[in-house]
Amino acid sequence: MSTPLSPQPSVGQTVSHESAELHVTGAAHYTDDLVGRTTSVLHAWPVQAPHAHARVTALATDPALRVPGVVRVLTGADVPGANDSGVREDEPLFPDEVMYHGHAVCWVLGETLEAARLGAEAVEVTYASLPSVITLTEAIEQESFQGSQRTVSRGDVVAGLERAAHRFSGEFEFGGQEHFYLETQAALASVDEAGQVFVQSSTQHPTETQEIVAHVLGLRSHEVTVQCLRMGGGFGGKEMQPHGLAAVAALGAVLTGRPVRVRLNRTQDMTMTGKRHPFHASWEVGFDQEGHLEALRTTLTSDGGWSLDLSEAVLGRALCHVDNAYYVPDAEFHGRIAQTHKTSQTAFRGFGGPQGMLVLEDILGRCAPAFGLDPTELRRRNLYQPGQSTPYGQPVRHAERLEAVLEEVTTRADLTTRHTEIAAFNAAHPHRKRGIACTPVKFGISFNFTAFNQAGALVHVYKDGSVLINHGGTEMGQGLHTKMRQVAATALGLPLSGIRLAPTRTDKVPNTSATAASSGSDLNGGAVKDACEQIRGRLAAVAAERLGTSSAEVQFVEGSVLGAGQALPWSELVREAYLARVQLFAAGYYRTEGLHWDGVRMQGEPFKYFAYGAAVSEVEVDGFTGAYTFLRTDIVHDVGDSLSPLVDIGQIEGGFVQGVGWLTLEDLRWDTSDGEGRGRVSTPSASTYKLPSFSEMPRELTVHLLEHATEDGAVYGSKAVGEPPLMLAFSVREALRQAVAAFGPAGHVVELACPSTPEAVFWAVEAARAGAPGNTREYADQLAVSAPTAASVVTDEVAQAGAWSSGATGSQDSVLEPVVVLGAGDNRLQDAEPAPSADSGRPGPVGDVD
Amino acid sequence: MSPTEITVNGTARPCAAGPHTSLLDWLRGEGLTGAKEGCAEGECGACAVLVARPDGADRTRWVSVNACLPLALAFDGQEVVTAEGLGAPPAPGQQAVLHPVQREMADRGGSQCGYCTPGFVCAMAAEFYRPERGGQAPHEGAECGANGFDLHALSGNLCRCTGYRPIRDAAYALGEPDPLDPLAERRDRAAPPARATEVSASDLSASDLPGSDATFVRPTDLPDLLTRLAATPDAVLVAGATDAGVERNLRHTRPSSVLAIDHLEELRGLHHSPDSVEIGAALTLSEIERALAGRVPLLDQLFPQFASRLIRNAATLGGNLGTGSPIGDAAPVLLALGATLVLASAEGERAVPLDDYFTGYRRSVRVPGELIRAVRIPLPAAPHAAFYKVAKRRFDDISSVAVAISLRLERGMVASVRIGLGGVAATPIRALATEAGLTGRPWDADTVSRAARTLAQEGTPLDDHRASARYRSAMLEQSLMRFHAEHRPTKPLQKDGFDQRNHSENWGEAR
Repeated sequence: MSTPLSPQPSVGQTVSHESAELHVTGAAHYTDDLVGRTTSVLHAWPVQAPHAHARVTALATDPALRVPGVVRVLTGADVPGANDSGVREDEPLFPDEVMYHGHAVCWVLGETLEAARLGAEAVEVTYASLPSVITLTEAIEQESFQGSQRTVSRGDVVAGLERAAHRFSGEFEFGGQEHFYLETQAALASVDEAGQVFVQSSTQHPTETQEIVAHVLGLRSHEVTVQCLRMGGGFGGKEMQPHGLAAVAALGAVLTGRPVRVRLNRTQDMTMTGKRHPFHASWEVGFDQEGHLEALRTTLTSDGGWSLDLSEAVLGRALCHVDNAYYVPDAEFHGRIAQTHKTSQTAFRGFGGPQGMLVLEDILGRCAPAFGLDPTELRRRNLYQPGQSTPYGQPVRHAERLEAVLEEVTTRADLTTRHTEIAAFNAAHPHRKRGIACTPVKFGISFNFTAFNQAGALVHVYKDGSVLINHGGTEMGQGLHTKMRQVAATALGLPLSGIRLAPTRTDKVPNTSATAASSGSDLNGGAVKDACEQIRGRLAAVAAERLGTSSAEVQFVEGSVLGAGQALPWSELVREAYLARVQLFAAGYYRTEGLHWDGVRMQGEPFKYFAYGAAVSEVEVDGFTGAYTFLRTDIVHDVGDSLSPLVDIGQIEGGFVQGVGWLTLEDLRWDTSDGEGRGRVSTPSASTYKLPSFSEMPRELTVHLLEHATEDGAVYGSKAVGEPPLMLAFSVREALRQAVAAFGPAGHVVELACPSTPEAVFWAVEAARAGAPGNTREYADQLAVSAPTAASVVTDEVAQAGAWSSGATGSQDSVLEPVVVLGAGDNRLQDAEPAPSADSGRPGPVGDVD
Repeated sequence: MSPTEITVNGTARPCAAGPHTSLLDWLRGEGLTGAKEGCAEGECGACAVLVARPDGADRTRWVSVNACLPLALAFDGQEVVTAEGLGAPPAPGQQAVLHPVQREMADRGGSQCGYCTPGFVCAMAAEFYRPERGGQAPHEGAECGANGFDLHALSGNLCRCTGYRPIRDAAYALGEPDPLDPLAERRDRAAPPARATEVSASDLSASDLPGSDATFVRPTDLPDLLTRLAATPDAVLVAGATDAGVERNLRHTRPSSVLAIDHLEELRGLHHSPDSVEIGAALTLSEIERALAGRVPLLDQLFPQFASRLIRNAATLGGNLGTGSPIGDAAPVLLALGATLVLASAEGERAVPLDDYFTGYRRSVRVPGELIRAVRIPLPAAPHAAFYKVAKRRFDDISSVAVAISLRLERGMVASVRIGLGGVAATPIRALATEAGLTGRPWDADTVSRAARTLAQEGTPLDDHRASARYRSAMLEQSLMRFHAEHRPTKPLQKDGFDQRNHSENWGEAR
């Protein structure tokens, strides 16, 4: 049943994180903090292989057992169930074949961590080295692919490209991202007093951790319980990766009869666990005269690493997000997954969506100068309009919100005035240039894997009226538990203090989905609300009888039950209901309705709704070094009716900065040489892999939640918020592109490697200063030397037929001519730029055809 | 020898840690799990705690440090405060009692996952208690709140969740400490004195290194230290442990003998005369910054760019030069300043110009039994000086390239110039060819662009994960171009643009 909101609902109130007071006093416990509260714990240390690809030909554990304090060495021979920790049966827990540098071949258990570490150093492993594939380029050349290849298509892309007045093609390779949750992976396993295997795990997916532990131990799920108190960050990195580590701890606990702790240190975490997928994209795009997209054909190749993990689903989401906020009439998006000898890349906030969207955002940023258009205008012209559908066949509901957020954010950011100010600043500063850009986000909410769109909850009302809620979601900092308390308080008409939340455990709520895909609040909120409403309905009947009214007239408000002009304290009603033998607890359940998806044809409606947002960012680039500062970002984001504004704004800001890190700073490198270190992560630490610090926060950062944005399909009109804001960071990279362009002649096409580190920006500035055209081959060679992880090229082809070139012959001149300039406002940037001097010898706006 | 004891959150605790146990691991073993390990190399600040340090002879200053790097034994007799000691969490039936820093962080959304939060709280509390904070007018370029809160106090703390804005808001909302605040009051008394500590792993029942006879010794004075060093020349000297701690945690080094020198008075002086300043090798960079009070402007350019506040509260010049890393940021600056090192051993002292000190990758002329006692910088410093650090991140990063330039002009001619470089060779080096190309020539665009091209050829930069060799080389060149642009007293910067003439003027022709 559905009940109206009480007059002052808890949802929508600004409240602190439910654990904030525990966080700030150091009292919030994480998995590894429990070790000191547990006796006789054994510590585990992995033996990591120093090869990218090799066969284990001999493994001698005796030397480790001679190290004082070493208790046992776990190897494949110890596994009672299946030696596999993946969901695709392609991840041996104790491998005979090493598939990446740092792959753990066995684990040493010791009385102390030091003993285990010394033991691991003593284990003697003999390897026979095998050929390895490390880079995406190598994988593509050698056709080293895994899993299925999929295509999203609509219309006739060949016809679309032929129809286009303007056509470009290019390639773009961009980097992955390390999760760098501050809490590394951890598990603590024991066999409890009732004989069940009990695993405390820092996991986003307790049910799957439970299933893998059972699978490895040869047990059934009801013999294993997994609990997650909270995580020190997850970001997708704890959706799959915790399973094998939990299984190692559980195996050790079963074999030794003692609790076993597995906690990766930062180096181990960075060398053993998966990351955001790096991608390669090749593309051809066509626009009409006015810059409207006509057609896009692209092939995405993701770097999946050694095993499939979630790579197919990540690729699927990438293919469903290439379009981002833009209508592409004729589309053909191919996707494939490279198999390389690296960590197995996995979920990371956005789950392929960011990678897909980056491809088209990069295309628009690069092509805008060819139209003489401000890139914001080019983007605006291509926004989805009401009634249009995505290339995979889903109607874009509320498409008008895209225009609305874009309009609101450009107004709030005062984009027009600032264009002028920036032009003046740039004219006055030869060594520093500013740029500003606006980018939109459209992100689909729901798991593409339809079965995951369900959740459960267990709500207890005790006889004294206190409420304890359990649900299947996990808390990793995103504020899910905060929101769930607010949902329960709202549904039961209680103050927030009346609701307590218990840690996530698989023996309370079974068969949970991963807390992922931004869906935690939607799904678990639906389940919590369902349970609460069952209880409320039963209580309303009791209250109606007592107050002499009908159930429908009874209201639950701030701990009071109102009806027929009387008030009854909640606790009294609960007591009465108990005595009347009314059930005071309920299991709640929710599933998202209306989804259908054909994962082979890649057609259907996989998403319940879309989350929208837009950001305007301004940056300043130093021409001497390529270093930059982020001056200001304005965000307008659609979270529906916010369940918890402080939490939602925190998600938006945090996601945005994390996205900025991915696009600019975070430079994940592997040793691609043929030397001994081949395949090694060469940035395996906080000192070599830099994530954003205070210095990367925009000096001014304001977030505005889109108003009047009720989403009918989700709990209390809210929308998911975990992932979509990450992609607001495109505005920063596009602003960098604008600032770089200001170092060169007007209309210069800026090709920017990604991550756009200071070095990458410096080379782009150098190209701009030289007025260097997009000479594909030459530029690609340069990048191969300086930044092997990123290369981008662009060429402009003159259409062979179509509206553009009634008289075009393919000569360069016709390409170089600026396309129609639409409206006085649109060439503002052009006007503000110092025109290239006639004798500078620099080419015009668009580069040579190679 | 009295047993080792550390006062944590006001309570003295016996410490049975071995000579290789970090302060962090010991605290967590004591059940104080508020401080977290995030990176084990002093980069993330999740382990930050407060320690009581001398602030003059009779006062105490609360200083934030990373607990993952120093040894627990180094805190024998010292006072440490963790997040648990600042406030109390809500307990069954009880409300939380929060410290002002904790209150602001909790109310403003400063924590999401909460893992980095105790470290942020401690780093923020140290700045909250900084005695100069309230009265300080923010200087140009400072990143300060209206309450005087210096954002750089948090430069060594990483948060992966919030995007930092609410944490900054919390910091900038802080008022002054209540006069009755016990930690504020504690500042008015002398810091705990150093204790002569001597611990051997073999004395401990639960050693962290099975079968080890490793020792930790804090000598009583410099002669005692030099005697011990002469006897065990392979002993590892440890002050702030900002390098030794990384070696221990990440590379598993387990030295058999550790000599703690951080409290030795003979290594902690700062003396100045009209023609030089002598800086004790065991002063922390934060202490040097305060004590110099702007006397050496080039060092003031260095400090905010040197790692983070958490590291500068522990790291020393002696350590930075003693480890001899080619990417240490102090060496290029000290080379540009013409510094001399005072080396001491049981045999006596000698002075070695820094120019002659480094002999190879992490090698130097320092002989076994010898240590750096002080760094001497000649005064007055050259009027034109700059330190350019090129790194991926502005706060708390390691240089791809570091360039320090110190220049004297006379009537528009270069009278003298010293250029120190880091990150382009196996040791920090001077750009001798570039210096020669500049000296005696007019300080104009022509000379500079020629010299900049020479500078680009100095050293033998490498390709690595921080930067390409080509970029490093370009940054050398650019640094001199920038220095010229910023130190052209007679000629303002070109106001505009990119016509060819200005382009040549600003950038040099044959780039």
